[in-house]
Amino acid sequence: MSSLSSADWSAVWLTLKLATVSTVILLLVGTPIAWWLARTRSKWKGVVGAVVALPLVLPPTVIGFYLLLAMGPNGPVGQLTEALGIGLLPFSFAGLVVGSVIYSLPFVVQPVHNAFEAIGRRPLEVAATLRAGPWDSFFNVALPLARPGFVTATILGFAHTVGEFGVVLMIGGNIPDKTRVVSVAIYDHVEALEYAEAHWLAGGMLAFSFLVLLALYGRRDRTGGGLG
Amino acid sequence: MADDVRLRGMPPTDGPRQDAPGARQGIRIRLEVAFADFRLDVDLDLPGRGVTALFGHSGSGKTTLLRCVAGLEPAARGVLTVNGECWQDSARGLFVPPHRRQLGYVFQEASLFPHLSVRRNLEFGLRRIPAAARKVSLAQATALLGIDHLLERMPDRLSGGERQRVGMARALLTSPRILLMDEPLAALDARRKQEILPYLERLHDELDIPVLYVSHAAEEVVRLADHVVMLGEGRVMAAGELRATMARLDLPTAFTEDAGVVVEGRVAEHDDHYHLTRLDFPGGAVWVSRQVAELGRVLRFRVHARDVSLADHQVEGTSIVNLLPVVIDEIVGADTPAHVLVKMDAGGTPLVARITRRSSEQLVLRPGRRMWAQIKSVALLG
Repeated sequence: MSSLSSADWSAVWLTLKLATVSTVILLLVGTPIAWWLARTRSKWKGVVGAVVALPLVLPPTVIGFYLLLAMGPNGPVGQLTEALGIGLLPFSFAGLVVGSVIYSLPFVVQPVHNAFEAIGRRPLEVAATLRAGPWDSFFNVALPLARPGFVTATILGFAHTVGEFGVVLMIGGNIPDKTRVVSVAIYDHVEALEYAEAHWLAGGMLAFSFLVLLALYGRRDRTGGGLG
Repeated sequence: MADDVRLRGMPPTDGPRQDAPGARQGIRIRLEVAFADFRLDVDLDLPGRGVTALFGHSGSGKTTLLRCVAGLEPAARGVLTVNGECWQDSARGLFVPPHRRQLGYVFQEASLFPHLSVRRNLEFGLRRIPAAARKVSLAQATALLGIDHLLERMPDRLSGGERQRVGMARALLTSPRILLMDEPLAALDARRKQEILPYLERLHDELDIPVLYVSHAAEEVVRLADHVVMLGEGRVMAAGELRATMARLDLPTAFTEDAGVVVEGRVAEHDDHYHLTRLDFPGGAVWVSRQVAELGRVLRFRVHARDVSLADHQVEGTSIVNLLPVVIDEIVGADTPAHVLVKMDAGGTPLVARITRRSSEQLVLRPGRRMWAQIKSVALLG
């Protein structure tokens, strides 16, 4: 393991931190969206569903580009954050979190959405006839029954954020200890022809990703999981 | 069966309400709801006690009606009052959400929560009502439905019949003002049905909660119900006391092909030599095969119209045991042009016979005429 420099270790640590923070936020943001998508009869359902799925098909550079504009000094988000005294988000860890959340949103929303739909209306109707109000039913019936979907969403959200490259490069740049994540560090090593270092990080990513997917597909109980 | 399990905590409602007529007692349902391909429009005044069967073929709207009563069809408009408590009055903008209605709902497929043990399923509703409102204890409900030994199991380790009994206990444990049952036996095979029916009868006998019982099976209805609402294509075809309604002849063919009457008879005599039991009812008596029931007990039995024939004198030399003097009330067409249905009065108990039109004319049957009804067989209902 001596082949990883302290800068590389720092990139690994930053990557894990980014993925963890993003996953927590993704679950908090994605769950209500997934619930709404599963239950609503609104005409906006299709629009919202399509917007959430956009990151699946857009090149990360496109997402990064618009985020950069929006969060920059002339963008609406940038003006808001400056007015709030937070400062500008691009080239900061917070900016990376925002980018990651948007980039990985479909990977969290879709499994949870599928899990909520798989539950159907019946268990919630049963809960209502047993005196459980809407929040009570949500936390004590819907969430436990959708658990496999949440496991899938957590694994996919985390892993997808770890594998992020384009969005990070566009809005985070390559600042050691602040925004340089593993995927960017690998890019740097390859550019500098430091293939041994690149191997260590790339091999680590490969092993990590394989283990994550093995955990996902190897689970016995996969009801409500997966994308689709 | 533990006879000591009586839910004493559930007296015949509290005090004055039991006898107060009209306004407070009773279930008033005046609801309509329209879907793309189906429309339910009912206006019903049902008694506030006993079992009322919502009876009809699939697609008649009986389940939709039950869901409307539970508040599970928010699109329904109208008025709904259950024993003095108004749950819906669209004109006043009142709609009590399902979780605030004191009802118990037994779904067709027990619908137990798969992530909770039987005990946690039972406690789900119990824990959500105030302690002071708990009239049924866990021990009482599990004893009543014979599920004490299943408490620690998960729902996927239960048989269909056990699941349904847990579903019933779970609904009871919310101490409901009304119990709604949506074909609780439909998903079960004949043997499981026989396993559950006695428990349903105990619910009926031991609890004083009004029950709305959805069924398409005439046998269940006549066995369990006190009142019946016949539904067809989203409308009420007939409603009333069970025996009177089942004996009505003005109902659509769908109901007459299985026409018959329900009679309650008291066990009056056992004949151990011939292995027969005599059941007395107002206006007569029938002999049935020997029953294991103590004298004085009331048994319900069904007399199918096709098992009743008529004679203009008391026939001698017949193998038919049960002969009753009757007065013809009414003669109407039956489900085929070859037959007629004859409604008779056997000293206060209605009877229906399904005979050929030719016999009817040869015997010169007309209302008011005295005849002898010969009952070939009766079906005891538990």
